[in-house]
Amino acid sequence: MSAPILWIAVPLALAALLFFVSDERWCGGLGGLFSLILAALALFFPTDSAHLVFGLLSVRIDSTLTLLGRQIQLTPADQLILVLAYGIGAFWFFGALAVGAARKVVPFGLAILALLVASLAVTPFLYAALLIEIAVLLAVPMLESPGRGLLRFVVYQTLAMPFILLAGFLLTGIEAGPRDFALVAQAAVILGLGFAFLLSVFPLHSWIPMLAQEAPLYRVAFLFMVFPTFHLLFALNFVDRYAWMRESPTFYLAMRLVGLISLAYAGVFAMLQRHQGRMLGYFVLAESGLSLVALSLSNHLTGLQLIFGLIVPRSLALALWALSLAVIRPAVNSFSLTDLQGAARRFPLAAAGIVLAMLSLSGVPLLAGFPLRQSLWETLAAESPLAAFWLGLSALGLWIASLRALAVLLMAPADIPWQMDESPFQRVLLALGALALFVIGIFPQWVNPLLVNLPGMFERFGK
Amino acid sequence: MLEIFSWLMLFPLLAASLTLLLTRDWRWQAGGLAAQYLAVFVFTLNHWPLGMAAAQLVTGWMAAAIFGMTRAPAEAERADFRWIFHLFLAALILLMMFSAAIALNDWLAEAGLPLLLGALLLIGMGMLQMGISSHPGRTMLGLLTLLSGFETLFAPLENSILVAALLAVITLGLALAAAYLLQLQTETP
Repeated sequence: MSAPILWIAVPLALAALLFFVSDERWCGGLGGLFSLILAALALFFPTDSAHLVFGLLSVRIDSTLTLLGRQIQLTPADQLILVLAYGIGAFWFFGALAVGAARKVVPFGLAILALLVASLAVTPFLYAALLIEIAVLLAVPMLESPGRGLLRFVVYQTLAMPFILLAGFLLTGIEAGPRDFALVAQAAVILGLGFAFLLSVFPLHSWIPMLAQEAPLYRVAFLFMVFPTFHLLFALNFVDRYAWMRESPTFYLAMRLVGLISLAYAGVFAMLQRHQGRMLGYFVLAESGLSLVALSLSNHLTGLQLIFGLIVPRSLALALWALSLAVIRPAVNSFSLTDLQGAARRFPLAAAGIVLAMLSLSGVPLLAGFPLRQSLWETLAAESPLAAFWLGLSALGLWIASLRALAVLLMAPADIPWQMDESPFQRVLLALGALALFVIGIFPQWVNPLLVNLPGMFERFGK
Repeated sequence: MLEIFSWLMLFPLLAASLTLLLTRDWRWQAGGLAAQYLAVFVFTLNHWPLGMAAAQLVTGWMAAAIFGMTRAPAEAERADFRWIFHLFLAALILLMMFSAAIALNDWLAEAGLPLLLGALLLIGMGMLQMGISSHPGRTMLGLLTLLSGFETLFAPLENSILVAALLAVITLGLALAAAYLLQLQTETP
């Protein structure tokens, strides 16, 4: 068996099958279980090496598959990305089961994950833009939103593809060094535009809060988790490949500038929002900015470790936040702060989940987001105190937004009694999510072994 | 011989993209989209094998059919004199793209000027359509037009079957997404 069949074709086929499963529990349960199995297989069976199963059977998973004359390759370096993608997918799919969204999230989510994994595996890597675009199109029926946010999402993500493909082909043959400076400069502008659309950084981020306000938040948050992560990996492939890019101080300056503007903008606007969905959107924008700032660090290895290290706390916090809101959803008209007033009285665990997730994404101590943010802040301050100030300003804005959400959720007349309207399954998931945020926040080294090899995916940039 | 066809194809292409821009009747829009894909077929035939170019043509026509079928009940735009302004904008785009095509010809000489002109015309008209309306049908039509222009521009650069297949999937996917969005809009009170 080859790895692309196991981790791309099989999940795609499973997604197609699950689409026809009409029972919510079966769909969610099977999807979560399959995703978990795929993550476990990736963890215990690295590609291109033989493994003895139960002392009887020798199994070897080949890394390469040739399709229509092109190679699709999942090397051992991709192993941990597979574990992360399908592991986080499983958590998300079980969560969908708890909030009754499995039939919408699981089939499309599994197919999107498989396509995004394929985008990492395809050779030449430029074709990833096409696979990412197909994944974007699959998100349309998943989101089921007639608003302008979804339309803008499709348009912006689609516009990225031509820019990136054209730039990639203009740059063919000049991986090692720029021989034609004019050509490289023009290609760099086109490429920059492409990735600005793809990563949705300031000022091309407008669809993020719009979509978060209009579409079902649990599904939106899943996309906010997977797309930026894989987009960033795709961008890192470019940086790793082109020496002129990874050795250019201007490139890192631009990344830092865009990252800091996105961070500061997100921080300021997050605290001014009156809708939890829009707040979530701005927190997501801040996360993209944070990754770009990490990419701009002069020690590339540290930058890569921070980028990868941020994936787990971010995914956990977003999952907990979206799950908590989905639990509250049937009891409120909308996620506007007015409608959410006093929700903590009826859904204390869900309300705690929202606030803890927001605080974690703000980088508050003891929570999962803190250790790496603190590390990034410290490294950045050593390089540029001014940049560190802007990062701090953003964190302050996000922190104020979190405290505002806490105040609104608790704001209720004193005579309303405290009760717990979450179902037992929801309570277990919410408690596990909150516990995980604390555990990773207090013992961040427990996640590190999982991530330590990830920078190996980018052997030139990670040196 | 094909070069002459490419030059000749520029006129129906311009007519088709203007039709798409100005008309509100779904029949004309579906027809215009189909005509655009026919022009793209002729342009790409210079660089791609017949089979690949034909597959692209069929995909484009399928997209036009999907689009046309869904648009019938969903179109609800007002008819007024905005078309004069749109025509003026189209003329500006035409001028801009003509000068851009000449500049681009230095980079991509092997593509040929008619292909570059056609591709940039489609890209420009697609962007114009996306810019003038927030109606999902109009926006997605613009996106399809823009992408067909990009496919034309990309043909001399890449003749991989996998890329052609993926681009075909994207074209169909966009048409289906457009149909889905229009349907959702119709259902929403």
